[in-house]
Amino acid sequence: MNIRDKKSVFELRSRVLQCVRSFFIDRGFIEVETPVRIPVPALELHIDAELSDGKYLRTSPELHMKRLVAEGYDRIFQMGPCFRRGERGHLHNPEYTMLEWYRAGADYIDMLVDVKALIAFVVSEIHGRSALVYKGREIEVMPVWECLTVEEAFLKFAGWNPVKQFDADRFDCDMVEKVEPGLFLNMPVVLKDYPAEAAALARCKAGNPAVAERWELYLGGMEIANAFSELIDPVEQRRRFEECAEKRRGMGKEVYALDEDFLSAMKKGMPECGGVALGIDRLVMFLSDSVEIDQVMAFCV
Amino acid sequence: MYTSSDLKKGLKIEIDGVPYVVTEFNFSKPGKGQAIYNCKLKNMLNGSTLAKTYRSNDKIDVPQLSQKRLKYSYKDGNDYVFMDEDFEQVIMREDVLGDARYFLIEDIAVDVLLYNDKPMEVVLPTFVEKKIIYTEPGARGNTATNVLKPATVEGGYQIQVPLFVNQGDIAKIDTRTGEYVDRVAAKKG
Repeated sequence: MNIRDKKSVFELRSRVLQCVRSFFIDRGFIEVETPVRIPVPALELHIDAELSDGKYLRTSPELHMKRLVAEGYDRIFQMGPCFRRGERGHLHNPEYTMLEWYRAGADYIDMLVDVKALIAFVVSEIHGRSALVYKGREIEVMPVWECLTVEEAFLKFAGWNPVKQFDADRFDCDMVEKVEPGLFLNMPVVLKDYPAEAAALARCKAGNPAVAERWELYLGGMEIANAFSELIDPVEQRRRFEECAEKRRGMGKEVYALDEDFLSAMKKGMPECGGVALGIDRLVMFLSDSVEIDQVMAFCV
Repeated sequence: MYTSSDLKKGLKIEIDGVPYVVTEFNFSKPGKGQAIYNCKLKNMLNGSTLAKTYRSNDKIDVPQLSQKRLKYSYKDGNDYVFMDEDFEQVIMREDVLGDARYFLIEDIAVDVLLYNDKPMEVVLPTFVEKKIIYTEPGARGNTATNVLKPATVEGGYQIQVPLFVNQGDIAKIDTRTGEYVDRVAAKKG
């Protein structure tokens, strides 16, 4: 498709950006901009950063935004480019636009309330009602959302329980091949309570350390957002980073240094908070009934 | 050795001593999880297909292929006969050739990939010119380029062409996509 034919999609995309901004501004959030070129990217097992003249392009604004939360910024959001090396597919482009927001005093369930209001607001602003058609299916975004625990979803679609016995390879493959195809319903779907081994930067449940307070949102079967009750314990955070570094070393991947500025900010005291990362390109795909991420980007480099 | 991140449509790989070409390729990555590469592979020896899933750190063998410039001569049943410069015949079966067979023109020179001296694949020129042997007449005076109609070219291949293209015209076709690019000559007379 040539760029001329994409004009209606870009008009819609522009309105989506405005809707998202006014949604957060109206709720007392401030929009922040944190560095795109950073000394060290967040350590994640399966996310690789692009090098940029001795620094890295951020894979997410997460660690800088949490430093702001630790400094007393209790409601912040940011929309901007993020970069992930080697990620290219019909839902992936190595450069893409991410929305992240953090709220002090909130947990992952509070963040679910936020995202529900955001999606309902954006869909009705763009389409004039709370439903739209995606890939031939009418999807109603209010008021009922399907909410499944990872355990329930895996027992239902893959026939095993990753919370009881985790197997990373099997978990990732079955997620893509068995679970996700079952999440395309006529309403938004939330997958929550991930196995602790897949916690990333989420804290574990107080009464159940085998499960992390993390959810993922699916719209039209497409993963749109990831949320945590953020881990705020600096000792546990360091332990997770070190374990991740060790695993990356074992996989022959580049091992990034620990972000000591982030760790010391956490050590000084970080309030309980919830955070969400949401892919703007995929949200625009959902709103414009597009099946390829290229359809909602002006140029794919 | 390739790793899974080298996978893309058209890449040639080797599994248990058999060369395959990636015909379909889908990258997915569950949140925070590893990359999953779902591939459809075509066995380059017999044309059969295989679905295979690779994960982010998988290693994949590289097939040892050689390349030879050959001239396409003629078709004999399901066999397509090529000739090298010493007039030695090289035969490729229809199922191994795939869609490339539609774009062969007598005496056209092509590069053929060989695996243990067996022909696997022809590398066609990017563009070929083919005569349109059948298409419905378009509306008179319609020069729009965004409305398309089906047309059949010599050899039986079907393409979509703009309405102003007529039976007997010569069409330029991109062999990578199989799509109409341009009309190089209108029917004479």
